[in-house]
Amino acid sequence: MAMTNNEPLLEVKDLHKSFGQREILKGINFKVHKGEVICIIGKSGSGKSTMIRCVNFLETLTSGAICYQGKNVLDEFKELSLYRTKVGMVFQSFNLFNNMTVLDNCTVGQTKVLRKGKEEAQQNALKYLQHVGMANYINAKPHQLSGGQKQRVAIARALALEPEILLMDEPTSALDSEMVGEVLQIMRQLAAEGMTMLIVTHEMAFARDVASQVIFVDEGIIAEMNPPEIVFKAPENERTAEFLARFNNGR
Amino acid sequence: METMPTGFLSWVIFLLDKYWVLFLKGAGVTLLLALVGTFIGCIIGLVVGVIQTIPVNKNDTLLKRHSIGLVKWLLSAYVEIFRGTPMIVQAMVVYYGSMSMFNIDMSAMFAGFLVVSINTGAYMAESVRGGIISVDDGQREAAVAIGMTHFQAMFAVILPQALRNIMPQIGNNLIINIKDTSVLNVISVTELYFSSKSAAGVYYRYFEVFFITCVIYFVMTFTASRLLRIWEKKMDGPSDYQLVEGDPMQDPCGYFQHGTVGGKDNGND
Repeated sequence: MAMTNNEPLLEVKDLHKSFGQREILKGINFKVHKGEVICIIGKSGSGKSTMIRCVNFLETLTSGAICYQGKNVLDEFKELSLYRTKVGMVFQSFNLFNNMTVLDNCTVGQTKVLRKGKEEAQQNALKYLQHVGMANYINAKPHQLSGGQKQRVAIARALALEPEILLMDEPTSALDSEMVGEVLQIMRQLAAEGMTMLIVTHEMAFARDVASQVIFVDEGIIAEMNPPEIVFKAPENERTAEFLARFNNGR
Repeated sequence: METMPTGFLSWVIFLLDKYWVLFLKGAGVTLLLALVGTFIGCIIGLVVGVIQTIPVNKNDTLLKRHSIGLVKWLLSAYVEIFRGTPMIVQAMVVYYGSMSMFNIDMSAMFAGFLVVSINTGAYMAESVRGGIISVDDGQREAAVAIGMTHFQAMFAVILPQALRNIMPQIGNNLIINIKDTSVLNVISVTELYFSSKSAAGVYYRYFEVFFITCVIYFVMTFTASRLLRIWEKKMDGPSDYQLVEGDPMQDPCGYFQHGTVGGKDNGND
């Protein structure tokens, strides 16, 4: 496991989020250090996805702050663009750009946002596409790929910007069980290479094996945040135990 | 004194022989008006549609919010007014109004281009807005999440998809314009209908002349519709793709198959 500096890479401070009258997140606090893999688990509707979407401001925060390398993002980054290139995002439904080929999907961010040259962007994109085993498909359009292939390209697209941290919002939930394996494999590989990741997931085995910390979200608060050994063997919060018991029975 | 034809068919042949240049010129003017009008209309519609979908955040400054609000209000007024009044009336108002109110002496042809363009623009604005809304929001989110601004996301990701989706609408507008430019005869634009009326008046053969006119209109619209279909197909690109074999950066781990991967040997590039 990578060393933990004193300064966290990312810090979420007293995050609240309401949609109209309904408060979804009721004061979320946690820190992510470089090299950590944090898995966020919890029931559907508990606010996990909203939480991770708030981290890169796909949702506007009702109150609270996101700090990146000790700086409040909304104060210090004039444009969110730059911050967002540091914080990669992988979606449940892939969201590959349908009008572009696999290669263009992975270069467009580099050329438009980071203003890299086309040649450099393509080399870089190829490197990451190769990393996820999709380098042979650079000419394909998203609709020609399987779900697992799409998600691997989506991961390469995020990596191509060379982010400091990768956010993943249920990256395997839209896949059938055969394809889940190929995507989880990539995620394990990234974790082994020391990529910092914040992953919302229902894959308990993955969380148990790969996570350095597991966050259990329940009704808009973090009910428990502990290393996986504790969460899965001897959870401190009884709601965590209940959730895991139900989850295991459901399987 | 020439001998007059008898029967429907011989009249048609007679009139075609006598007035084919007139018909052809009329059809040319009609086509020109429709093509240019649709093209400019599409551009107007694109601009209006894009502006109308600019998101306004509550974090934006008051000035920005109000100026965007005002522009949007003006644009929707434009859309509502030009969609809500007949083109034949717009033609009269623009042509005669520009003269008496502003002392601008525009040619009938120019007035024709103007009216068709802004009329089409009003319809296209709504089509474009619809096209933009119809693109899955995940596309915008993904674009924004890799750091694109609203406009970058719009032009690189959303509009290309929106445009593809509204191609049938553009085709619709072109076909409607080919037919509806006939109303411009009220400001004496010499398009196909106007030419036909002139030709018909000579021998009082309205049925025969307008039968020919009918056929010409149909040929034009049908051709336009087929050509647009071909263009749509072309926009979709090839339905298959080529795997890149033996590419310059040969994959060190081979294919990933059913989750069985040796994820080694990739920390060193």
